[in-house]
Amino acid sequence: MKPLAEHIRAITPREAFRPVVMFVPWIVCVLVALGMHTLAPLVVDDYWVNVLRRIGVFIVAAVSLNIVNGFTGQFSMGHAGFMAIGAYIGGGVTYYGSLMLHGSVGDPSFQTHGVLLMLGGVAAAGCVAAGAGYVVGLPSLRLRGDYLAIVTLGFGEIIRVLLELTTKQLYTREEVTLGALFKLPLNGPTGFERIPGYASVFWIFLFASITCLIAYRVKQSSSGRAFLSIREDEIAARAMGVNLTKYKVRAFVLAAFFGGVAGALYAHTGVNPSPTDAGFQRSFDIIIMVVLGGLGSISGSVLAAIILIALPELLRDLQQYRLIVYALLLIIMMLVRPQGLFGVREIWDFFGKKNRPTSKEESNP
Amino acid sequence: MSAAHTDDNPAKLAEQHIRPNTGDGPVMLQVSDLHMAYGAIRALHGVDLTVRQGQIVTLIGCNGAGKSTTLRSISGMCKPQRGKITLEGREILGLPSHAMVRLGMAHSPEGRGIFANLTVEENLELGAFARRDKSGIAADRERALTLFPRVRERMKQMAGTLSGGEQQMLAMARALMARPRLLLLDEPSLGLAPQIVQTIFKIIREINAAGTTVLLVEQNAHMALNIAHFGYVLEVGRIVMARPAKELAASDEVRKAYLGGH
Ligand SMILES: Nc1ncnc2c1ncn2[C@@H]1O[C@H](COP(=O)(O)OP(=O)(O)O)[C@@H](O)[C@H]1O
Ligand SMILES: [Mg+2]
Repeated sequence: MKPLAEHIRAITPREAFRPVVMFVPWIVCVLVALGMHTLAPLVVDDYWVNVLRRIGVFIVAAVSLNIVNGFTGQFSMGHAGFMAIGAYIGGGVTYYGSLMLHGSVGDPSFQTHGVLLMLGGVAAAGCVAAGAGYVVGLPSLRLRGDYLAIVTLGFGEIIRVLLELTTKQLYTREEVTLGALFKLPLNGPTGFERIPGYASVFWIFLFASITCLIAYRVKQSSSGRAFLSIREDEIAARAMGVNLTKYKVRAFVLAAFFGGVAGALYAHTGVNPSPTDAGFQRSFDIIIMVVLGGLGSISGSVLAAIILIALPELLRDLQQYRLIVYALLLIIMMLVRPQGLFGVREIWDFFGKKNRPTSKEESNP
Repeated sequence: MSAAHTDDNPAKLAEQHIRPNTGDGPVMLQVSDLHMAYGAIRALHGVDLTVRQGQIVTLIGCNGAGKSTTLRSISGMCKPQRGKITLEGREILGLPSHAMVRLGMAHSPEGRGIFANLTVEENLELGAFARRDKSGIAADRERALTLFPRVRERMKQMAGTLSGGEQQMLAMARALMARPRLLLLDEPSLGLAPQIVQTIFKIIREINAAGTTVLLVEQNAHMALNIAHFGYVLEVGRIVMARPAKELAASDEVRKAYLGGH
């Protein structure tokens, strides 16, 4: 028999409310998404609502790439490849699913089912991208630095070329057979069209906040510690008992999963995913977000995604000069804060006094 | 370099200078005939050494003698081509480095290898990475911080902002977080002020007194032999002397070559 005091100590308020406490962050995610969804149309016009959706998609992309490039310090340059895989898988599930189940795509009466198809597509996209991440990650993560960068860059380009080789899209239910689907009717270089724009502000920001929550939990977990230790010093990480290959691949697979999710959402924002979405241009865009926000900082990636998507829109009045201004701002930013907006830390670390990591130089030997 | 070279006959030389590490405790670590080459560069040409439970054994030698390579081979950081290594009777050569930690070995690498952009606290947590026993970890953390009060004062600070001595203390505290039965220390005194070196060596002794076996690699032969039970002298990849530390410190050869001839 335990003494009574021990029993009482065991039922601390935190323990007693555990099931509730556990769900709080997830409920917050839903509330954030709902809030954005209802407020956005009241505050801004349709054009900016679309910009907002794009921002949400790139928050997912940047935060996920941060797991590899930021937390783990492995320079991957092929994130757009995973995103494109996700876009085509996610778009494909919704498009061909609608066609097969309903006979047409984007019919308002099929909306509810369509959204369910999209969610299935998002899950499938994440899983396929994660599988691709494993296949690419296992051999290439034995490589270091520049070599890994080149291999991942090559991966993105391979996906781009493979997508260009896909066959013409099918537009009627009669054409859709198992054999025809097997030939990947994803419309080659033209781009996959007519995917319904089911990814509303709600869905996009739900996934964006969930991605941030999971990335944050990962950062705090023992896997996260392993990632950071690998980035800091591989030899010392091994001395701590960290299995380098295991954790590098884990980071890569996690990042690829959410990269796929970002792509699937992207496909449902009224765009036509095309092979160029897998190219290095897009990968660079995401890398710039991660670097600008601070390698390892989740809130930094979020802020950088917002700035880098919104800025070109705000600079529209400058017409052809806007790309120059954009580039100049980036250069100034990197000169003033080479570690990115927040470095490795999170935005709240700069406010909470108690947990702020001090960095004052010590005078004693 | 050393007077050991005055004798040309290797067998005779061995007989004169190399004695087995006989002691009370059971054998903790046994290294035999270890050969290690980095590509074409041969670093070790058949190293034999024994560490008994409860001992501090030191491995001294000049720069480039192969001391770090020996430690790296033991902890699985590099893959020797030939030889045999047993830890508490168990063959460990060829096991990956992350498995060694779980077998009770902690390696504090050359140059300390602290995680500069993480806080001191996060560094310590990583020291216990391979463990899951929360209460045991908390107890060892308390123990390590009692040994190194300077580390405790700086828990929230980024490890890279610590002074050299504090970084070394952190590296050792972090290694203790794994609760090792065998602690491998690679030149803990490197680049530190004499006073800090004194402190570090005093703490190594305390760690050992609390039951941890230590294999200590040092260029500072004087300090190392002062606290060790048994010593090995490594020269260009070979053990050229092995004796109880007191005898080694008193021998002419070692005094001339490593202790500045006093
Ligand atoms: N990573 C490496 N690659 C190639 N040669 C190395 C490497 N590390 C050490 N060496 C060589 O192996 C020999 C032994 O080095 P090391 O074990 O570091 O000596 P010590 O620790 O005694 O100073 C030296 O000749 C050194 O140049
Ligand atoms: Mg060395």
